[in-house]
Order: sequence, then structure tokens, then C-alpha cells
Amino acid sequence: MTATSDPTQLSELAARATDNRVNLDFETEGMTLNMGPQHPATHGTLRIVARLDGEQVVSAEPIPGYMHRGYEKLTEVRSYPQINTLVNRIDWLGSFANEVPFILAAERLMGVEAPPRAQWIRTILFELSRIANISLFLGDYGLQLGGMTAGFYAFRDREHVLNQIEAATGGRFHPNYDRIGGLKDDLPKGWIANTHNAMDKILAFCDEMDDLLIGNEIFQSRTRGIGVIPADIALSYGLSGANLRASGVDWDLRRDSCPPGLVYDQVDWKVWTHPDGDCFGRTWVRFQETREAALIVKQLLDTIPSGPVMAKVPRIIKVPEGEAYVETENPLGAMGYYIVSKGDLVPFRVKIRSASFNNISVVPWVARGAYVPDLISILGSLYFILGDIDR
Amino acid sequence: MSQLSSADTTTETPAEDEAPVEVDERRQAVLDELTRRLGADAVVGSHIEPGYDLWVRVTREAWPEAAVAAKAMGYTFFDFLSAIDWLPSPFGRDMDAQEDLLGDPAPAKEPQPIVQGHAGGETRFQLLARLYSISAGMGVLFKADLPDDDLSVGTWSETFLGANWHERETHEMFGITFVGHPNLIKLYLPTDFQGYPLRKDFPLLARRVRPWPGIVDVEPMPGGDDSEGDGE
Repeated sequence: MTATSDPTQLSELAARATDNRVNLDFETEGMTLNMGPQHPATHGTLRIVARLDGEQVVSAEPIPGYMHRGYEKLTEVRSYPQINTLVNRIDWLGSFANEVPFILAAERLMGVEAPPRAQWIRTILFELSRIANISLFLGDYGLQLGGMTAGFYAFRDREHVLNQIEAATGGRFHPNYDRIGGLKDDLPKGWIANTHNAMDKILAFCDEMDDLLIGNEIFQSRTRGIGVIPADIALSYGLSGANLRASGVDWDLRRDSCPPGLVYDQVDWKVWTHPDGDCFGRTWVRFQETREAALIVKQLLDTIPSGPVMAKVPRIIKVPEGEAYVETENPLGAMGYYIVSKGDLVPFRVKIRSASFNNISVVPWVARGAYVPDLISILGSLYFILGDIDR
Repeated sequence: MSQLSSADTTTETPAEDEAPVEVDERRQAVLDELTRRLGADAVVGSHIEPGYDLWVRVTREAWPEAAVAAKAMGYTFFDFLSAIDWLPSPFGRDMDAQEDLLGDPAPAKEPQPIVQGHAGGETRFQLLARLYSISAGMGVLFKADLPDDDLSVGTWSETFLGANWHERETHEMFGITFVGHPNLIKLYLPTDFQGYPLRKDFPLLARRVRPWPGIVDVEPMPGGDDSEGDGE
């Protein structure tokens, strides 16, 4: 860029000069690169407009909204059971996990608690959603970085989990299984043994992924030291889930403020963190979480209590007046629902706090100074689902 | 019937357990500290739900300082920022599409009073934001009233970088201006979009003109509004 007297351009130059990751001296006439809305690395329709200086990204601005479905407005005219089917479609790879915080928030307002067996099954399915979601990430991220092999194994082994979700709920992707006060149905016969088998396959899949992806030299050189996010920046942007834990912040809502209704205090498990905050760290934390989730499920399957799966609730769900916010550790990060009820059939207002919205808002910060191929590494490692950004 | 009776006990036990623990000392301490840092005039309302959450309502002028003060107290994780429009929906019963009424237009709804929720309020629009402290393991919900004739407030995006997008969303959905925001343009909506969709007086047109197949599911059951299901 040449000398200018335009004040806005000058302030932009000054801002960039303060950021030592972009070398102003060698800057040339820039170029604008448009990625998306139909780019394979964007899992849907996220568009990114990047200003380039040679191979370096000067600024990158994500443009969401191509899939905005207006759920926050729709919830104001839908009854609570109907909203349950809507929120399934926010993070469509871990759908059951979307239902849980919403149902828990409604249960808190109603003063209802699900019976123990329902809480156990909820937690199991919550973790199965996590495995289904993250196993696809491991395969897909490999694909984006040029490692085809991992993708096939991931798609193959994710089926085992989806089959178990389907067997219990009837839906592979959108279970709509959670109810205020419990669950739609009890588990089918033989489900517990089959899920044990599926978890063994997932543990074997994790070992395979360790060799194929995590230990892969090319994968490591594409991700190590790329897209480093320090802990204070991650917190300030509200990054959550593995993205935050990869920056060394030891925080997991499942352990630190688990809402009543999930039984993580009943199992012995570990929160994984990584000190580096780079793309590799984020992948590694997610990879460890998949294995951890399979172990959690196996423990819960062994201790699942008997009893009813539905508490006594009115046939017509009217939630008493009040406000409640419930947040859980979903596959993509912290997801919460702020429900304002006026004692009606429909909520007065629902604020949906979805993880990817915050996670992807860090892109302008982290992409600055990166190289174009690294932009793919960074976007992939932040791991967003379009429905979770746009809602 | 054994199922029902066992479920009964599970729903009633927590209420009994919580009754003696009415005072939440940790959240009360956070509230006191916030009041000390912001000044007693700035904190105009609060609500504590023991064991769950703390709501703090500050004045509009103190809104940016509230973020700074909370961050200094260890509330470093930015959760979300949005707003609530407390105006009751002016479009009749929310459940009625015009076509469901068989030719009769929806009866005009008499204006209902605005009733705010936890921590009180005086205005139609209220800001709502949440911060979380990882060391304390709990969050604080902030609210602030915005007068109808001046929907503007200082930005949080200098204190919390993540507030940038949340404020852009709140701006386009509610029409609230964040003074000092570096890039207050539309986030989701097309640039030339007119109106503020999440305001209560913005009609959900698809809902108004199309009969609703799900209407059957929510019709009141015989026996009145508060039928208790299989309880009898």
C-alpha cells in the first residue's frame, strides 16, 4: 500500500503496524480472496473475505448468516416440546446434546427433576453425541489437510455410534428424545451390550486415529505452531470447549458447574488440556476427549439404575413465570439457553448461546498474519458447525 | 401407579432441601464486591437464586464499567450479550395464525403492561449479558435498562473482544446502538434489511399467514388450563 492521507486508511495502517505479525515494510498492493459460501472447508455456508498481501493474510472477516433460521424468533411462537425439535438442528452432528441444556433450563423453571435412570441415559446419549460429532471432526480435519485415509475410518466408525443413537431414539441425526421430566422411551432390549461393543470399536478407532492422524508427520507440520491463541485472548472472545482447553485453560462445564440432571459426578474421568493453543493442540484435546467420552459411556452403562424414565409432569407443558440460564459442555463448547417464561405455553424469549458463534468470532484475530493454506488449518481446527453459528 | 408415586418424591425433594439454604453467601459476596466497585448508585437491582445464578441490574451509564469491574474480579470468560424486549406481543394470542381463525381476524389485544423479570426494570428494552469466572466456577448475569427514546449504550467490545459480534447481532435484531463499537454493521441480515426482527412488534409473517399444522398439539385439554395430566 502506498502513502495515503485518507484518515481511515491511516488509522488502519497504524492499527496494522502495531500488530507485529504483519510486516508493513514489505507490504505490497493487496488482493482480496473470497472463500465460500460454498467452500469445502467451511462445513456449509460460511463465507470468509480475506485481504492478502502475497501469501499472507492481512485481515480475514467471516460473514455468517447464509443459513440463519431465526430460531430465537421462532421459539416465541412454538411450545416447549416443539422447540425441542428446533434446537436439534443447531449443531446437527451432536443433536441430542442441543436438547439437553434447553430441557434442563425448562425443568429448572418447572421445578421438575428427571428420574435417575433418565439422567443416566441422558448423560450416555450426551457423550455418544460428542463421539459422533468429534469423530467426524477427526476424519474431516484430516481430509481438509490432505490426509484422505483418516476420513474413511472416521465415517466408518461413526456409524457404530449413530446406530446406537438410532436404536435408542429412532433418529440418527435428530433424535428429539429428551422430554421435560425425562425421556421419550426407555432403552430397547440389548442396547447396553451393543453400546459396550460400539464403545470398544470407538476405542480401537481412537488408536487408529492416533497412528493415522495425530502421529502423522505431515499433519503435525501443518498444525504445530499454527494459529496460536493465548489463553487470555481465548477467554476474552468466549472460546469454549476444546478450543479453550487447548490454550491451557483447565475448564470443563461437565466437571466445574454441571447442572443437575447430568451425572458426571458419578464417573471417574479426566479433563484434557494442552499448553500450546495451536491447531495441533485443539485437535489433540478433541482426540483425547473422544476416548474419554467412550470410557465415560462404558462406566455409565455399568452403573445405570433401573426405574422409570419419566417424572410426573402435566400433559400440557406450561412453564411457570421466571428466568433461567443453563449451560452445558457440548461437543463444540459451552452451549446455553436463557429462557424467559411468562407462564405461557410458549417461552417469552429464548437466548441461544451457541459455542461456534463465539469460537468463530476469533477468526479475524487469529488469521491475521497467517498464510493462506494455514487459514484452512485454523478454520478446521476451530471446528464450527454452520447451524451452530447461524442458529 | 408405583411409577407416579416414585416420581413424586423426586420432584419434591429438591425444594425441601433448598428451603433452609436461602442465603447464597458466595453470590452475595460477589454482589457486594460489584456494588463496592461500581458505587451503590450504579447497581439498581439484583436477584440471587441460591445455588444457581446471580442477576445484577446496573444503570446504563455504568454498563461499560460493569464489564471492567467484573473482569478485574476474575470474571474473564465472556459468555454472551443480548437484549430482551419486554413488550407483550401485540399480535393476539401468539398461537393464532390468521387462517386458523376461519375468516374472523384475530381480536385486537388490549395493551398489556410491561412486566420485567429478575432484578426488576423500568424500560421496554433491557440488555442481558453473562460473564463467567473460571476460578470461582460461577457466572453473573448483567442487565441494564435502556430508555425507548435513546437506545444506546457504551460498548463492551474493548473489555471483551468477543462482545464485538454479540453487539452487532443485538444491534441488528433490536436496534440498540453500542457507542464506541469499532464495526457496528449487520452480521446476519442483508445490508438493506428494514426493521428489527427480535422486537416483539416485528411480526413473524410466515407464522401469521400460514395455518399451523401443530395447532392440534397445544389445544387445551378438557378440564381447564391447569389439567395435571394423569394425576387423577
